[in-house]
Amino acid sequence: MKKLLAALALTTATLAGGAAQAEGYPDRPIMMMVSYGAGGATDFQARIVTMTAGNDDALGVPIAIINKPGAGGRVGWNWLATQAEADGYTLGAYNVPHFIAQSIQGGVQYDADSFEPIANWGADPAVFVVKADSEFNSMQDVIDFAKENPGKFTYSGAGLFVGHHIAALQIEKAADVKMAYIPNNAGGAGAMKAVIGGDVMGGVNNLSDAFRAAEAGNIKILGVADLERSEFLPDVPTMKEQGLDVDDASVNFRGVMVPKGTPQEAIDKLAALVPEMFKNDRIAKKMKDGGSPMKVMNREEVQAMWAKRQETLKELLAGL
Amino acid sequence: MEFIYYFGDVFAPMSFMLLLIGTVGGLILGATPGLSPTMAVALLIPFTFQLEAAQGLILLGAAYTSTVAGGAVSAILLKIPGAPANIATTLDGHEMARRGKGARALQLSFLASAVGGVIGVLLLIFLTPVLSQWALAFGPSHLFWLAILGVTIIGSLESRSVVKGLLSGCIGMWLATIGFDDIMGAQRFIFHPALGGGVNIIAALIGIFAIPQVLNMFAKGRNDPNVEVIHVQKSPLREAVVELFSKSRALVIGTVTGSFIGLIPGVGGQIAGLVAYDQSRKMSSTPEKFGTGHSEGVIAAEAANNAMVGPSLVPLLTLSIPGSPTAAVLLGGLLIHGIFPGSDLFDNYPDVAWTFINSMLVGQILMCIFGLYVAGLAARVAQVPQSVMAAIVLGLAVYGSYSVQSSMGDVYVMASLGIMMFFLEKFGYSAAPLVLGLILGPIAEANFIQGTMIADAGDGRMGYFFTGTLNIVLIAIVVLSVAYSAFMELRARRQMQQTEALA
Repeated sequence: MKKLLAALALTTATLAGGAAQAEGYPDRPIMMMVSYGAGGATDFQARIVTMTAGNDDALGVPIAIINKPGAGGRVGWNWLATQAEADGYTLGAYNVPHFIAQSIQGGVQYDADSFEPIANWGADPAVFVVKADSEFNSMQDVIDFAKENPGKFTYSGAGLFVGHHIAALQIEKAADVKMAYIPNNAGGAGAMKAVIGGDVMGGVNNLSDAFRAAEAGNIKILGVADLERSEFLPDVPTMKEQGLDVDDASVNFRGVMVPKGTPQEAIDKLAALVPEMFKNDRIAKKMKDGGSPMKVMNREEVQAMWAKRQETLKELLAGL
Repeated sequence: MEFIYYFGDVFAPMSFMLLLIGTVGGLILGATPGLSPTMAVALLIPFTFQLEAAQGLILLGAAYTSTVAGGAVSAILLKIPGAPANIATTLDGHEMARRGKGARALQLSFLASAVGGVIGVLLLIFLTPVLSQWALAFGPSHLFWLAILGVTIIGSLESRSVVKGLLSGCIGMWLATIGFDDIMGAQRFIFHPALGGGVNIIAALIGIFAIPQVLNMFAKGRNDPNVEVIHVQKSPLREAVVELFSKSRALVIGTVTGSFIGLIPGVGGQIAGLVAYDQSRKMSSTPEKFGTGHSEGVIAAEAANNAMVGPSLVPLLTLSIPGSPTAAVLLGGLLIHGIFPGSDLFDNYPDVAWTFINSMLVGQILMCIFGLYVAGLAARVAQVPQSVMAAIVLGLAVYGSYSVQSSMGDVYVMASLGIMMFFLEKFGYSAAPLVLGLILGPIAEANFIQGTMIADAGDGRMGYFFTGTLNIVLIAIVVLSVAYSAFMELRARRQMQQTEALA
């Protein structure tokens, strides 16, 4: 209870703090907004990668996680873009392609220019899954079925304008087939349940969740929507290897950003320290134990990645 | 019987201390409006970083079981359900507290929780493989019919008027459409940024139940400061135990309904208490007493929502699918220690898995002991003067709705829904059907849309929604439930006419 109270007090202190002092930054705890619920993959990873923030070789001050879930992340990112204080003490976790795709779709108060990237910590590719006892054993089987039965192959994913949906669009476009994408309202877990329960014939899901489900013998993984095979699944071929022109546009990149207007000194300091913090051995071990693929990228690399995504997604979503 | 072998681990000094902390802390957190079991478990996860896997899970398991039971405290004493699971408890529990029987209501609720909870965990221990198949059997069409079954309960939930019950349910369902639509991402009725994420269910619960209470208390307090001084009756534990077992029908219905509905991913936990309450009223010999401070209502609701705890973890532990928001948080707690749930969990990590389950079993008992210990003291809350009470409840309501996601937006939602409900109650509409509409709306809608999309790709909508054993069974229960409500309504009306004719 005491620890809990201390954590609460810390959070309150973070919220109540005033404007930033550039020199000596950071001199008080930092808050990081996660736009998904507590316990979800993004929240869970955010808590792991920030757990060493208080160490002297990292930021020297702890990072407290605040969840602002809702509407597939839109609530939290709207808040970060319009209401959060750009003082260097308010960070946000990003999910690419989600927030970029949402800003292209419209109806939100942010786009890629509303935020300044700091560093990337993880990359979770989308994979194509079917139930363990399914007749489909490769992407080719699925495509063949879809060619013969246009629009009849049902497959689940975590909603519209998220990585799963992007992968689905890319697969259908690459194979020039029509299939029935069924967006799920309960996220990746709900979409996975639909596959295991036999509600749909297949699905697009996160590599990390699919890896666990495959280990448990519930599903088969037919392909990875990334440029290279994953170290978690060395035997599963990529989409490209199976003749489908699908790149890494659907890979779910997770990292840290700040709202536009944050003092340049704070951005520079964070951009220098945060990627190093992510490389900590303890973090790497916890992430690996949790089945979460890591990919540390610095500010310049993330800027380039955002710009590239922006372009690909605009083209892909233009037809919708 | 393997679980008995690992019982010793629960009673190791460090583990048992964590179990105590989890249980007592969970009761306190659960009794605080706005801190749902999901939140409480999520708050505790960072502390398990420093612990060993088994010890961390003991803390989480104990906290999960006792927050669910702790929610009954505020439901009974303040008429603020701590989580959707406790809505049904307010219906009779708070009436009992108003009659000075708060201590008895709390005792019964903790005893019923313990009985239901222990049986639920035992089901988890012995029947997991069978149950996991049952949990998977529910596809979109079945979940849609299940939600419709919930809607039929709306009409009969508050006995005064079926039409007004259904109307409140419709208002709730409309409120549920606010926000970005879950599946398509379309914006609906977002006229204020605070509504972007939709109406938060916990904030709505607090507003709808607590604010009318507060306003009524202020209104009464002004007229007469000494109004309604409640004499809190003492309640010997022995009598409470005797009462619990004399109402064994409600206890059995609550436990059975809670266990089976709790299994169904995505639906179970939220409506288990209400379905059990409704069923035990329909099967009771004295259905008219429900809603007037009848102990059967408290027993059925609390037995059900704790019976749900064990089975709700079946899909998580065997299939790695979190069936409820709390299970999703627990999944995070497992993963952080490198433990992947799945069918081989019990082979790979028997010590962790069994210690976790045992801790929930022991946690249920500890929770009951602590609950009974504080019941007598807690019931004295009813003696606090109305004006003071109103201020405290108002403070808790604001604090609780803010803390859900640290957002003032939820406080505005809580306040405006609360004021709306105050006026609706003046016209005879009640809160429980409205909240049930709010909970069931998204379930029915999302599953209907997914179902139609799957059906359109396959064998057509008629075939998808109306064939298959499970669909037909669910439709039959829906029809029976409606017919029963109509029959009761007609009978009540005829009796009224007869009494009028006699007079």
